[in-house]
Amino acid sequence: MDLRLLVQLGIIGLTFFMLINASALLVYAERKVMGFMQQRYGPYLVGPHGLLQPLADILKLLMKEELRPKGADRWLFTLAPILSVTAAFAAFSTVPWGAETTLFGLLDEPVKLGAADVNVGVLVVFAITSMGVYGIVLAGWSSNSKYSLLGGLRSAAQMISYELSYATAIAAVILLAGSMSIREIVDGQAGSWFSIVPRWYVFLQPLGFIIYMIAGVAETNRAPFDFPEAEQELVAGYNTEYSSVRFALFPQAEYINMTTMAAVATGLYLGGWHGPFLPVEYGWIWFLLKVSAILFLYIWVRWTVPRYRYDQLMQFGWKWLFPAAVVNLILTAAAVLYLNA
Amino acid sequence: MIPLGHYLIVSAILFAIGTAGVFLRRNLITILLSIEIMLNAVNLSFVAFGRQLGSYDGQIITFFVITVAAAEAAVGLAVIIALYRHRESLNPDAFTSLRW
Amino acid sequence: MPETLVFYLLSGLAIVTSGLVIGQRNPMYSVLLLVASFGALAGLYIQLDAPFVAVAQIIIYAGAVMVLFLFVVMLLNAPQEDAAEWDRTHPLRQPAFARFSALLALLLVVQLVWALLTAAGTDAPVAARAGSETVSSVRALGRTLFTDYVFAFEATSILILVAMVGAVVLARREGDQA
Repeated sequence: MDLRLLVQLGIIGLTFFMLINASALLVYAERKVMGFMQQRYGPYLVGPHGLLQPLADILKLLMKEELRPKGADRWLFTLAPILSVTAAFAAFSTVPWGAETTLFGLLDEPVKLGAADVNVGVLVVFAITSMGVYGIVLAGWSSNSKYSLLGGLRSAAQMISYELSYATAIAAVILLAGSMSIREIVDGQAGSWFSIVPRWYVFLQPLGFIIYMIAGVAETNRAPFDFPEAEQELVAGYNTEYSSVRFALFPQAEYINMTTMAAVATGLYLGGWHGPFLPVEYGWIWFLLKVSAILFLYIWVRWTVPRYRYDQLMQFGWKWLFPAAVVNLILTAAAVLYLNA
Repeated sequence: MIPLGHYLIVSAILFAIGTAGVFLRRNLITILLSIEIMLNAVNLSFVAFGRQLGSYDGQIITFFVITVAAAEAAVGLAVIIALYRHRESLNPDAFTSLRW
Repeated sequence: MPETLVFYLLSGLAIVTSGLVIGQRNPMYSVLLLVASFGALAGLYIQLDAPFVAVAQIIIYAGAVMVLFLFVVMLLNAPQEDAAEWDRTHPLRQPAFARFSALLALLLVVQLVWALLTAAGTDAPVAARAGSETVSSVRALGRTLFTDYVFAFEATSILILVAMVGAVVLARREGDQA
């Protein structure tokens, strides 16, 4: 068989495998960072420094009893977590995580590091993320329970509202880069000004970056926007009635969504895999570092700030964030037009 | 290469399914869904013809059809909600007060 | 060869799920099957070198309009609504009308297929664009949209505004303040 085809299939498999690992690592990282922020040790018993804790968690979840409430819709109850996790994995497909590589001269032509490369890559991420709403709404509805329904509807409304600001912030970056493919957007950020300041879009679009990060946090239902799954108010929101494997898929979908948002933020604003000391074939190391930094930011914010009330959340999304995103887009368009004329 | 006729046949079958749904179903929401099927069938034939003629016009019209369909679905659903509040039924046969 | 296989797979999926949409008793299932049908159609658009339309279909149609349908179905509690009347109003229990209309639909499909297969010019394969690249460029699409069709574009934006206001007004309860 063609070696290049095998290598490309291997890259797709590696991407999938690393996403699963990312969700497991995030479980551990979140509990460790949360522990240290609360001046206690996180998990430390299972394995060295508690590193095998996610494995213990997954084993525990797999061995629990699979419950389904009697009044729950049979097909939709099982379909909802499948939809959630499928959308989460599929959204990462057009996100590139490294430059081209020839695998140390093994291949004749370099192969790109990333599952797929389409010329509307950013829109594909956005489209598949918006399909994740179905998983949550169906989970809320099919559980046939009032906490689930409220949590599911609130979460869906929140995700749809913040998608607007998310898309408008992305549109400003597309204006700057002139392309919708994330790989080309990253390649437009190579090099540096005055040999010191890297040519990242976060310096050209600070407001856009802040809007993107806030919308990203709201899209993935993370604190401070996690009212739909708030433990104190709604029991567990849309995943109240779920147990065992079906339950395990929901947090996994959430962590993978977080990873996708962080990866897209890295690609759009922080220069992707371009970094100072390494040659560009090893750029994926820089990519990992930047994504880890943004994920740490996510966890940090979650355990620092209190939660938004639901009406405050919706007001903020529609009355403050979306106008700010539109203003950002108009200013960017004016600047691009003026500077190119 | 797939001949253009194949795409048009798929579009025709989808259109026929949508029409059958509008006539046979007695639930307002399913009737609206069948209308959406018909609009999608038309979109498919637009894009296929646009590709055949080598012009972007097919895609642009599809763009507008999607937008108009979204607006129409929103208003149609609002009307259905208002009707349901009035008569507590989603069966179009229940709304016969204008019939002689 | 794989292209033909993908085409048959996607179009088969679209037709089967659309057929199931009009045959399902539960409107919730109908909406989800229609989302699957839209996904299959998006795949067909990609095969027709229209990636932007495919993605726009997923974002707008499958991601927003169908969620609206889902919300309305949940709001009106439609599943319980339809089940009681299904046995009374099921199309297959009204023999003459249903069989006649099914026959008409079949006749329509047969006529269309016959017309399409014998017409001239539909046998030619879907041609590549004269000249430049085979995959459509979003840049060129945007340029055409904003120069030749800018009036329709602006009119559509006003249409969406009117639809938004109309939907809010129509769905309001009697006596609501805002």
